[in-house]
Amino acid sequence: MGSFISDMLGRSPVEPLQKHIKTAYDAAALLPSLFAAANLNDWVKVDEITEAIRQLENDADDLKNDIRSNLPKSLFMPVPRQDLLELVLVQDKVANISKQIAGMVRLRKMQIPAGIADIFTDFVSRCVDAAKKAKQSVNELDELYETGFRGAEVKVVEKLIAKLDKIETDTDNMQADLQGQVYLMEQDLPPVEVMFLYKLIDMLGDVADQAERIGRRLELLWAK
Amino acid sequence: MEYELTYIILAAVFGGFMAWGIGANDVANAMATSVGSKAITIKQAIIIAAIFEFAGAVLAGGAVTSTIRKGIIDSSSVNGNPELLIFGMLASLLAAGCWLLLASRKGWPVSTTHSIVGAVVGFAAVGIGTEAIKWGKVGDIVLSWIVTPMIAGFLAFLIFQTVHHLILKQKDPLAKAKRYVPFYMFLTAFVLTLVTIKKGLKHVGLELSDTQAYTYAGLSGVIVALIGAYFVSKIKADKKKEKDFHFYTVERVFAVLMVITASGLAFAHGSNDVANAVGPVAAVVSTAHTGIVAAKSGIETWVLLLGGIGIVIGLATFGVRVIRTVGQKITHLTPSRGFAAELAASTTIVVASGTGMPISTTQTLVGAVLGVGMARGISAIDLKVVRNIFASWVVTIPAGASLSIVFFFILKAIFG
Repeated sequence: MGSFISDMLGRSPVEPLQKHIKTAYDAAALLPSLFAAANLNDWVKVDEITEAIRQLENDADDLKNDIRSNLPKSLFMPVPRQDLLELVLVQDKVANISKQIAGMVRLRKMQIPAGIADIFTDFVSRCVDAAKKAKQSVNELDELYETGFRGAEVKVVEKLIAKLDKIETDTDNMQADLQGQVYLMEQDLPPVEVMFLYKLIDMLGDVADQAERIGRRLELLWAK
Repeated sequence: MEYELTYIILAAVFGGFMAWGIGANDVANAMATSVGSKAITIKQAIIIAAIFEFAGAVLAGGAVTSTIRKGIIDSSSVNGNPELLIFGMLASLLAAGCWLLLASRKGWPVSTTHSIVGAVVGFAAVGIGTEAIKWGKVGDIVLSWIVTPMIAGFLAFLIFQTVHHLILKQKDPLAKAKRYVPFYMFLTAFVLTLVTIKKGLKHVGLELSDTQAYTYAGLSGVIVALIGAYFVSKIKADKKKEKDFHFYTVERVFAVLMVITASGLAFAHGSNDVANAVGPVAAVVSTAHTGIVAAKSGIETWVLLLGGIGIVIGLATFGVRVIRTVGQKITHLTPSRGFAAELAASTTIVVASGTGMPISTTQTLVGAVLGVGMARGISAIDLKVVRNIFASWVVTIPAGASLSIVFFFILKAIFG
């Protein structure tokens, strides 16, 4: 017994994608508190936060695999299957990089030198902002599906993505600024620490980069 | 005729059984989308389905019933031996009923129409002779099975495109929805009423002129649109729910429309599918009464009533459960999509019913849903399932035919 109509309707990928970006964003959103705890020498808390991020990254991985396995080739969809698969891949990077950052901070007990602490904090929160805008854009996916990826709704999402781009540009500038500051401090800091500081800044910048790529991927969904 | 009463009672029992099966299973397809979208409760769905299935069966089911009864078999071929037709029709009912029972237990997507047409053709070809079959008509029927899903798909595509351009892509979709949705309501009621009046009512002994037909159809459209507009106007924007999904209230407006199109679909379903059960009954009744295979006589009203009542009982006993399970599963056919599919399918089905074509309502609905999908309306359609649905009739026709041949010879051995 049953209805063939309900059988032929495949599971929509929208909700899982939105859940996935939320999980990835949640992981990135823990980064500011991670650095705050590290700078306060609270390594128990750093441990806790790193664990939380790791758990979120795990969840994101599960969701990613779930989305992939529910997108068989036999599905007929308004957007290309490949674009959705690539979108979830980019979304997943946000969680992955956050996990790597947290792992590195915990392992090396990294602390941010006092001279750049303020602009570093600003930089981190701006990178998280980028991830947040990406999440907001992906949250419009159900509305995009509702409107068939056309019309007024596309304008709404285009505006969100324009904001996301602007935030990413901010993070680029802040990143260059930070690198300049670290360069000036190179003489006073242990060389290995300097190396990893550069690396950390790059990785944080990468979070914003991946967030921006989420926007690019979304745009592709309605590009002709 | 010797066993006149026995034949009629047997036909009524088999036909009632099959109508019950249609109500238990098939109706779920028509109503589940509405329940799934939370447009109506299960209880409301049952009541709507009962009323409109019954009305469709009695008011507009005559033409298809005639086709099954006397359109497939050339009545002159059994003139000397009317019992053959009675055994055959009883065998067809049994065959289709058994096949449907088996299929629904196994979850196979089979069509009641395909099984009954296969069964009738099967017994006639083997029991009477291939020359007894009106092959031209059978060809038309098979062609209609291919064409109707395509027409429904095309209509659904067009309807959904208009929804998109008039409402969804606009800046203020809620205001636009409230303005345009009543027009779709008018259209639904107008088309269904018009086709019913022009094609269906003469089978219940009512004939109206063209002017009258258009006037009544227009009137019914306006009344339905006014009632619908009243309910639509009462819908207030739910800001909290809209934060999560901006089109929440817009979909609520479409949900009201979907109640109307679901009623239309139930009506259309009744008009076409009840004939699968009562067509053979009508053939047995008229042949047993007169002792001759009459090509001209009308259908006795109680036969249509039997079908209508059978469907309603099936709906009330088993259909409830099916609708509940299915309704919980369907979440991706939102009212703005569901209505377009239902309107397209019911229009196609009612027109087919008017011309006497026994089509598959399920496949027509599947075609309509695909049409909405083509218009980028549905987030994911599993084409594997669609292929299975369309392939199933290839299996169902020979299955119905072989079963009915077996039953035919058993009945012939008992009564002949």
